[in-house]
Amino acid sequence: MTAAAPPAPQPRRRLSVLGKALRNVGLVLGAVIVVAMIAAALGAPWIAPYDPDAQDVLLVLGTPDSVHWFGTDAFGRDVLSRVLWGARVSLYVGFVATAAGVVIGTVIGVISGYYGGIVDRLVVAATDVLLSFPQLIMGLLLVAVLGASLTNLIIAIAVTAVPAFIRMARGSTLAMRERDFVDACRSLGFSDFRIMFVHVLPNILDELVVMASLWLASAIRTESTLAFIGLSVPPPTATWGGIVREGFDNLLDGPWLALFPSLAILAVMIGLNMIGDGLRDASDPRAPQ
Amino acid sequence: MTAIPAPAATAATDGPPLIVEHLTTSIHVGSDRHDVVRDISFSIGPRETLALVGESGCGKSMTALSVMGLLPAGVASVTAGRIVVDGVDMTAAAEAKRESMRGDRIGMIFQEPMTSLNPVLPIGFQVGEALMQHHGLTRKQARARACELLERVRVPAAADRLDAYPHQFSGGMRQRVMIALALACRPRVLIADEPTTALDVTIQAQVLALLADLQEKEGLAVLLITHNLGVVASVADRVMVMYGGDVVESAPVAAFFARPTHPYSSALLAAMPRIEGEGGLQPIPGQVPTLTEMPVGCRFQSRCPLRIDRCALLPPLAAVGGDPDHRVRCWVRMDT
Repeated sequence: MTAAAPPAPQPRRRLSVLGKALRNVGLVLGAVIVVAMIAAALGAPWIAPYDPDAQDVLLVLGTPDSVHWFGTDAFGRDVLSRVLWGARVSLYVGFVATAAGVVIGTVIGVISGYYGGIVDRLVVAATDVLLSFPQLIMGLLLVAVLGASLTNLIIAIAVTAVPAFIRMARGSTLAMRERDFVDACRSLGFSDFRIMFVHVLPNILDELVVMASLWLASAIRTESTLAFIGLSVPPPTATWGGIVREGFDNLLDGPWLALFPSLAILAVMIGLNMIGDGLRDASDPRAPQ
Repeated sequence: MTAIPAPAATAATDGPPLIVEHLTTSIHVGSDRHDVVRDISFSIGPRETLALVGESGCGKSMTALSVMGLLPAGVASVTAGRIVVDGVDMTAAAEAKRESMRGDRIGMIFQEPMTSLNPVLPIGFQVGEALMQHHGLTRKQARARACELLERVRVPAAADRLDAYPHQFSGGMRQRVMIALALACRPRVLIADEPTTALDVTIQAQVLALLADLQEKEGLAVLLITHNLGVVASVADRVMVMYGGDVVESAPVAAFFARPTHPYSSALLAAMPRIEGEGGLQPIPGQVPTLTEMPVGCRFQSRCPLRIDRCALLPPLAAVGGDPDHRVRCWVRMDT
């Protein structure tokens, strides 16, 4: 018997997704913005021209100039340095909280969707209840109960993300469970754990990544909002929301105080949403080329 | 090709690798119980192929799932009988034991090679995965074995294709990969559920030849589920025709094609296209009754041209033509 000729080589799927991603202007632009922000946050100790907490009583509410690019605040602190240092807290909280929410939510969602039954119904009911609270109210409630600290802030924001990822992972797992390859896995004697996390999970990962990038934006916004109403890391530690809040008190005397951290938040939001939209388009086989 | 060492665990028994005795499988709807497989018995020896034939809904796939222990939980279950795979009573075994048997001692290949492989994992990993699960191989060892296995099922340039994904393979190649997967741990029993139905005719012949070749080398007992009598004629040793969950005829393949005895078997053969045939195909009137409408007694009576009053009683599976291997479940056709 002669073996059939091998089919013509095709580009690998991952490469073609990457290729599509690179041709997507929005995605590339978003990635550039976000990577620049992350680099600025990581490099803050070296980039920041001044100590973010150093006060200069002679330079209170200084207008932006060549020495203090973003001006100085009511205590004479350099706003550029504070925005750079604030990025560390805001991005850190956003990333860690989202990561925790994605991991916990996905694990619960996949297990719940895979097994179904009474546990699944309880999980769905609990998820519906949690999702009925707006994200900000939920975060506010938790921080108020737990107390304002970096860890509690991360916990509060992660908890708001968990139900959304449970719902998404559960739904995708329900669809995957009916696929033939899952039956094939069972016929090979694979354990439920292996089927769930080696076979089902990689198939729903693309959707989760897209949603995670959008939730990251949401988490950073929630952190900023909580900081704005004073429920974030206590002062004098700089966070974006906190700097906006301080600027707000002097909005008429020094509008730049609130403007620059707000622009930083805006830039990250836009960047992350561009990434999310771009990833979705790149991973969607039905999207026009 | 590198030789693959013989399985570490030799056969637990010298008897047939697959024995099914009085198997009854039921679907539970509320408090009602409908038998979708009724009291079927067979055994398959090494290098033997038993074909299970019948139209959709006749219970072939339910029989296969019962043997694999993969009936949908809470919907269907084995309600009577015994299934012995390689000396292990699967019906009495705990789920953990059955899980360790599946893929290791008993393998299965499916109808749809296009969807039975995981689209996002490389072929090499998927072929070797059962070896990691059942024999504790490392990823590297499994990969090496996967390469041997792909060569065994004659995938060209196997070593270069370990990192390829399923969508880069044609349908026939994917079915070869599925066969490699199912046979990775050298099982003694292989269930092939419509293995060639989704393939082009020319590829069908290649895949069937490959299966026959591997069966000879490995000494596999094959349960072939199909509705294609052409495939039955070319690869099976014995045939069991099922209708409505009952075995209506059981015969060696030559005897079956020489003298199909049950009215349903004759009708099936008449419905098959033939080159020398005249007068076109003869469809079987009507359809398989739904579970709730199954007639009492012989289940084929609602579509049977030979129906008599006695059909209200279920006929036994009785010898026909003085041949104890050729048995039929029909009052009219059985030896009297």
